Amino acid sequence: MTVLLAVVIGLLYTLGFYMLLRRSIVKLIIGLGLLGHAVNLLVFLAGRLTAGVPPVVPLGESALSAPYADPIPQALILTAIVIGFGVQAFAVVLIKRTYEVLGTDDLNQMVSTDREPPPGEDEE
Amino acid sequence: MVSSRKDNLSRWLVLIPLGVTAWLAGLLPAISAGAPPAWRWEWVSLLGIRLDFMADGLGWLFALLISGIGALVVVYANGYLAGHPQLRSFLVTILLFMFAMLGVVLADNLLLLFIFWELTSVTSYLLIGFKHEYEASRKAALQALLVTGLGGVAMLAGLTLLGLAGGSFQISALVGQAASIQASPLYPAMLVLVLLGAFTKSAQFPFHFWLPGAMEAPAPVSAYLHSATMVKAGIYLLARFTPILGGHPAWQAALLAVGGATLLLGAFLAIQKLDLKRILAYSTISILGALVFLLGVGTPLAVKGALTLLLAHSLYKGTLFMVAGILEHSTGEREIDKLSGLRRQMPLVALAAGAAALSMAGLPPLLGFISKEVFYEATRHSPGWANALTAVAVTANILLVAVAGLAALAPFFGARKEFKDYHAPGWQLTLGPLMLAGLGLALGLLPGWLGAAVITPAASAALGSAYTAKLALWHGLTPELALSGLTVAGGALLYWGLPRLRPTLARLDVGERIGPQRVYEAGLAGMLRLAAGQTRVIQSGYLENYISIILLTAAGLAGYGLWQNGLHIQPLEWGGLEMIEEILLLAIIAVAGVAAVATRSRLMAVASLGAVGFAVAMLYALFSAPDLAMTQFAIETLVVILFVLVLYRLPGFASLSSPRARLRDWLVAGTAGVTITGVLLAILAIPLESRLAPWLAENSVPLAGGRNVVNVILVDFRGIDTLGEITVLAVAAIGIFALLQMPAPRKPEIQEAPEDPEGSDA
Repeated sequence: MTVLLAVVIGLLYTLGFYMLLRRSIVKLIIGLGLLGHAVNLLVFLAGRLTAGVPPVVPLGESALSAPYADPIPQALILTAIVIGFGVQAFAVVLIKRTYEVLGTDDLNQMVSTDREPPPGEDEE
Repeated sequence: MVSSRKDNLSRWLVLIPLGVTAWLAGLLPAISAGAPPAWRWEWVSLLGIRLDFMADGLGWLFALLISGIGALVVVYANGYLAGHPQLRSFLVTILLFMFAMLGVVLADNLLLLFIFWELTSVTSYLLIGFKHEYEASRKAALQALLVTGLGGVAMLAGLTLLGLAGGSFQISALVGQAASIQASPLYPAMLVLVLLGAFTKSAQFPFHFWLPGAMEAPAPVSAYLHSATMVKAGIYLLARFTPILGGHPAWQAALLAVGGATLLLGAFLAIQKLDLKRILAYSTISILGALVFLLGVGTPLAVKGALTLLLAHSLYKGTLFMVAGILEHSTGEREIDKLSGLRRQMPLVALAAGAAALSMAGLPPLLGFISKEVFYEATRHSPGWANALTAVAVTANILLVAVAGLAALAPFFGARKEFKDYHAPGWQLTLGPLMLAGLGLALGLLPGWLGAAVITPAASAALGSAYTAKLALWHGLTPELALSGLTVAGGALLYWGLPRLRPTLARLDVGERIGPQRVYEAGLAGMLRLAAGQTRVIQSGYLENYISIILLTAAGLAGYGLWQNGLHIQPLEWGGLEMIEEILLLAIIAVAGVAAVATRSRLMAVASLGAVGFAVAMLYALFSAPDLAMTQFAIETLVVILFVLVLYRLPGFASLSSPRARLRDWLVAGTAGVTITGVLLAILAIPLESRLAPWLAENSVPLAGGRNVVNVILVDFRGIDTLGEITVLAVAAIGIFALLQMPAPRKPEIQEAPEDPEGSDA
């Protein structure tokens, strides 16, 4: 299971990176979402998989007794999920706005800050 | 006197160099007695950089020239730039430069010397570019800075090697170790690098071209930096290192060749010019070559000759540069064929110029005569090639006699001319040349004292052993005297015949077309082209390029690390395949992820992304993370709603990339993804030992009173972090609100339609 999950995480990363490399900004957002899942799962797996023992202290006891799932990666991922949502929501609205203002969804058209517009040709 | 506005502060600034001069003069008894005073403080001792200063005879001679001429230059500049709005900042820069130069010649630490050396480059950049509203001025300043700066970098490397080979960065400690340093395998590299620094600073061929360019500077700068001080820094360095690096055949060959070439070339170029300052600049280059040449000969006699020539040259060339400034200031002309007969209008200036010219031409009883006699004596008694070296010296000196005539006789004699805006020079302008020319005469008349008190300690320091330098005005009827006579006669003849020779000389001068100046310009242009080219490649403006480079770099580094560690992806246990739902969830994630990427429908992509999210949430639930599962379910629902709401206002997926670009992107993304799987497996192979988890497990209930440890971490142990997270969400919410509230923009004129309409969905 561990190895399989590691392979699936690699796949999610690949898909997310591929979408980041697209020229369409809408695809970029999808890629960002996939990458978010991939990162969270990476942290989760690096903290090891432990089934059936959530880090909750039972009533009547004052401490967790082993075995229990590591609470730290979970706390980190919880923060990441929420922040990731904030980023995605903002990015979606920003991209919508960008499209409205610039009239294009092609990232390669949005290069005015980097260089003079090329004399017409665009090889890709 | 043209000064309409009185600027008293600027006038009083002269007290600073005067004070330094007086202080230095007070050191003379100790130095003549062979007990050089030293001042030592700790600084960056870990790197061998100490604030070590020492005033031995060599440093003292230079320091006195720097502060003494500095005082005269401050007075002169007060007259030359009278009423100029930036007079004060000019004088402050001059004084800054003076202290940097003093630092160079008094430093007893290699790296300290380098620091002051670079400070002189920086201040001279400011001084040459003083008239920064002119492009030529700025270009000349930059050229001087780049040439000397490149030499400076080389010198730093050379000095570092020297310090490593000698085991110390203290110059006076290195003097005794010449044998071991010259036997070191580092010696050749060290020699080349240090010489590069000295040759660029002292305008030796082929780096001489920056000095004539630097004549764009105002006259006080030329008189100070380009005759007496900064260009002598390289000479100082060579003299200082003579007892450490000198005596080696490579040292001698390099100094003789470069110095000799510079000596002849400078004198040859000087006689062709018409611009007075350029004539002086090229003759300065020639003398700098002579100094290097003499240090290359390296005998005690030659060192004595170099130091005497250095002193004589500083005095007469300082005078002539100031005179050139006066002529330009009073008449507005700098070309010698437009200046004549000025001796009646400015008799004192003419007197100073005449005395300086006689010293330059080497006529008795001026100091220049003595220095030329020693020069010939040194070349005649050189251990090798005595005749060849003497021939070079005599040839160059004949040319320099003619140059002295051009610079000092031509403007003052001949028919009197009327100049439109002529005004007589004030005392501030006249004082400097008169003092310097007078000193040249006085020292020429006091050769015994000069030799014993000044040249002896300086030559001893430059030779690294005690040496008594005797100077005299009259040596009897010697071969040197005959050579002197020949020089003056030849020079006079050349001066007389020069007008007829000019066209021929101009044809011989190919330097303007293929000289090092062209190499410099081509190099500069090439550098700019390189910068522009590499910026075009690196800063392409395409996001996909940036991301690809980042991904490949990260994957490359991580992959290299994995490979170096021997791919410790141990026989991981598979963790069993007993739970079919786990496998099912992984399959959903994989299939939904691929679907989100592969689909052409936006809705399908959003739905697939949601499916991935829900499957991930279930995975959290299965593996003991109920909080994550609940949060993920809630967030994922929101994300899908948000996307569906907004995406409808966005264009459909366009198929913008070519199949080839897509394949390339798949390879890049795949490489990065596979690397991440590899890194993850390597991490999993290392046993996890957390000390934090047990602590949290024990202390959640007693310290925070919470049973859900994850929640306790978020709201208690890392409460501030969560507060920051809430703030980020609030800011994002405000930003979203603001973006949505903005009025709709007018439609932009350039509406690029998607090139490939088949990609858009319904």
